[in-house]
Amino acid sequence: MKKLLERLKEGEILVADGAMGTMLMKHLEAGECPESVNLTHPEIPEEIAGLYFDAGADIIQANTFGASPLKLSLYSIEHKTEEINRNAVLAVRRVVGNRAYISASCGPTGRLLKPYGDTEPKDVYNSFERQIKALIDAGVDVICIETMTDLREATLAIKAAKNISPSLSVMATMTFDSTPRGFYTIMGIDIEKAASGLEIAGADIIGSNCGNGIENMIKIAREFKKCSDLPLIMQPNTGLPKLQGNTPVYRETPEFMAEKAKELIASGVSIVGGCCGTTPEHIRAIRKMVDSLSIGRRLTQMNTEKWQN
Amino acid sequence: MDILKQISENLRGGNDKKVLEFTKLAIEQKIPPKDILDDGLIAGMDTVGKLFKAHEIFLPDVLLAAKAMYSGMDELKPILIREGIPTIGKVVIGTIQGDLHDIGKNLVGIMLKGAGFEVIDLGNDVSPEKFVERAKKENAKVIGMSALLTTTMQGMRKVIDLLNERGLSGEIKTIIGGAPVSEEFAREIGADAYGYDAASAVDRVKKLTREK
Repeated sequence: MKKLLERLKEGEILVADGAMGTMLMKHLEAGECPESVNLTHPEIPEEIAGLYFDAGADIIQANTFGASPLKLSLYSIEHKTEEINRNAVLAVRRVVGNRAYISASCGPTGRLLKPYGDTEPKDVYNSFERQIKALIDAGVDVICIETMTDLREATLAIKAAKNISPSLSVMATMTFDSTPRGFYTIMGIDIEKAASGLEIAGADIIGSNCGNGIENMIKIAREFKKCSDLPLIMQPNTGLPKLQGNTPVYRETPEFMAEKAKELIASGVSIVGGCCGTTPEHIRAIRKMVDSLSIGRRLTQMNTEKWQN
Repeated sequence: MDILKQISENLRGGNDKKVLEFTKLAIEQKIPPKDILDDGLIAGMDTVGKLFKAHEIFLPDVLLAAKAMYSGMDELKPILIREGIPTIGKVVIGTIQGDLHDIGKNLVGIMLKGAGFEVIDLGNDVSPEKFVERAKKENAKVIGMSALLTTTMQGMRKVIDLLNERGLSGEIKTIIGGAPVSEEFAREIGADAYGYDAASAVDRVKKLTREK
């Protein structure tokens, strides 16, 4: 398989998968660690990977969002870090072989760094290092550091990945809230700081995930584009859920998301995927849209390049 | 500048050493402890809450301000207890069973403490029984529940049902919050209040405790 970054450089638009957490939930007992299914029921992450692969995703995520030892220690299973991460990668590999890229999710440790909290940066670094080492040993294709709100934590994770394997592709995305003064993470990082910070730390692909719906994500993408030349990844959720009777319903439908995803791509985004609330149907709709665009887009791009030359 | 103003402004700036220094000074100068609490520490956290709500400051500033508040509070608390000055009430808070998202809940805890409540934080993944038993044991006036997941928010109903079952629903009020939760959902499950954000949660809890 061609290298992910090469394909992006050639102007290809890739589709990432949708939500893992909200898909996993129906299989989990209350209070169960979402990553422990990698040990107890590897067929579940396998099934989810299969659904997204069939929907047409080019990049499939391993169920490792909370599989850093610091996060696993909440369930006192940090000693199983290696096994949990390895199993997650292998589960996806069994399904996709070399037909899709396996991206390993690395979410926040849940600790606050000093001086705001009581955690030493070194401990966070070591935690990511241990998780990422296990992922690389299992043959992951790309590391996806995501849902970050603290730029320092994101930087520690990127550095851990790059120090272990400089050639491994690293994506890093942060989660922004819309405020009257613009987009900020809850830790007060704006898009300009995020874009330059993630790039300086060594990320190859940067962007945003989660948040509140795809329309905000289009605005976020435009700001990122102004601040960095790195390829962009955007993984919006389907908006905050609304209650219908008793059941919470995520508002943004596959059709709506696919239509709006066109604007993401027009803003210069290279990888479109989904976060909380997205399903294989959302990804299928985005795939269809990307396929319908791609021929046209490649032609336009060739023309533009010609003009530029 | 007057000492109490020094306390509240240094608290706003997150300067724990200064807050401690001025709290000690205020105690030495025999300023009534209730005034130190209300016009110094609580006033400072109130400003912090307002600025945070307006997105003028962010979580790191709130966390540093909270640290500063605790430094003053630790000094003042023994005196408040000795003089028999009661807190405005106890609140038991926690994230609902199955849910590990706790930033929102922690913020509410900070803001409640900042408003003078005694807060018992049960942490994440709290079972309905634990919520109810602890609230009863501590004689808490309010249970505050948080959920970030649509799959766990239904657990809030269980806490309220359990309070009803044990005949505690008049005595212990409930407030819920979290991204997927709404005013509508609060009504639907019979919660006494809904907090849109940390600052409004504090206003609602104040109202709930006054109602009794």
